[in-house]
Amino acid sequence: MEAPVGEYKFLNRNAGIPSLEASAQARQSCQLEVARIMYRSAFSRDVFAELDRLQRGLQQAFELSPSIRGRGRGFPAINLSSTPTSLEIHVFAPGLDPASLEVQLDKGVLTLAGNRPAALAPDKATVHIGERFEGPFRRVLNLPDDIDAAGISAHYRDGVLHVHVPRRAAAQSRRITVQ
Amino acid sequence: MNESSQVRAAAREREAALVPAVDVVEDAEGITLYADLPGVPRERLNLTVESGTLTIEGEVVLEGIEGLTPVHREIEVPRFRRVFSLSQELDGEHVAADLQQGVLRLRIPKAAHALPRRVEVRVS
Repeated sequence: MEAPVGEYKFLNRNAGIPSLEASAQARQSCQLEVARIMYRSAFSRDVFAELDRLQRGLQQAFELSPSIRGRGRGFPAINLSSTPTSLEIHVFAPGLDPASLEVQLDKGVLTLAGNRPAALAPDKATVHIGERFEGPFRRVLNLPDDIDAAGISAHYRDGVLHVHVPRRAAAQSRRITVQ
Repeated sequence: MNESSQVRAAAREREAALVPAVDVVEDAEGITLYADLPGVPRERLNLTVESGTLTIEGEVVLEGIEGLTPVHREIEVPRFRRVFSLSQELDGEHVAADLQQGVLRLRIPKAAHALPRRVEVRVS
C-alpha cells in the first residue's frame, strides 16, 4: 500500500530517528567502555600493568607492523644511518664495560646484548630518583642482505657503541659509462 | 647578567633537548647524582650552579656522521639538558663532577652546618 505523501514525509522524518538512536547506542557503549576501564583500574593492583596495556593498545593503533623480535624500543637507544658504502649503527649505552658488550651477527640478524650493573648505593642512603636502566638488555636488528659480515667493526666511546657495517663492494651502486 | 647573555640563555632554553635519565642518592654527607649522557664528551659537558639551580647540559658528538642518511632515530636531538633546584643545606660551591663512558657522577656535599649532629641529652 502506498503511503500518502504526508505520511511518507513523516516516515522519512522518522527515518532520521534510528540514526539518533544509533548515536545514543554508540554513546552508551562508549560510556560502558569508560565505565569498564574505570572499574578495572579502580580495582587494578598494578598501575604499571594498566599503563603497559594502554601503551600496547596505542602501539597497535599507530604502528602497522611491529617487529616480531620485540617492541623495538627501550635500552639502549639505537640510531641507524646509511651511506652508499656502509651502515652505521650508534648504540647509546652509557656506563658499560666494553668487554661485557656482546655484539653478534647471525644470518643477517645483529644482536646487541649486555648487562648494566646496578649502581652501588652505600649503606644508609636514600634513593630519591632511580630512572637509569639497570639489568640485562638485548636489542636485535635485522640487517639488509648486501652487508659484508667480515668487515664489521665496533668501537665504544663516551658511552656510545658505534658499529660500522660495510656493504659488499658488488652491491654498491656504480655509474656505468656509456661507450 | 648582561642583555646579550640573557638573549643567549633564552635561545638555549628554546633549543630542544632530551632529558637524561638520572639516579639521585642521598646519604648523611651529601647527594650523589648519576646522569646518563651517552655521546657527550668532557669538553661538551656544561655544568652550572647558579642561585640554587643546578643545570646539566651536554651535546652529543658522534664521530664520522657526516654524509649519513638517517634511517631510524631514537636519539633525535643531539643535546641533553636537565635542571634541578638545590635545597639550602646543599653546598653548591663544592660540587665534584666526573664523566666516564657517558655517565656523569656528581657529588654535592651538604654544607657543614647542615650535617647531622647528635644532640646529647643530659639528665640532671
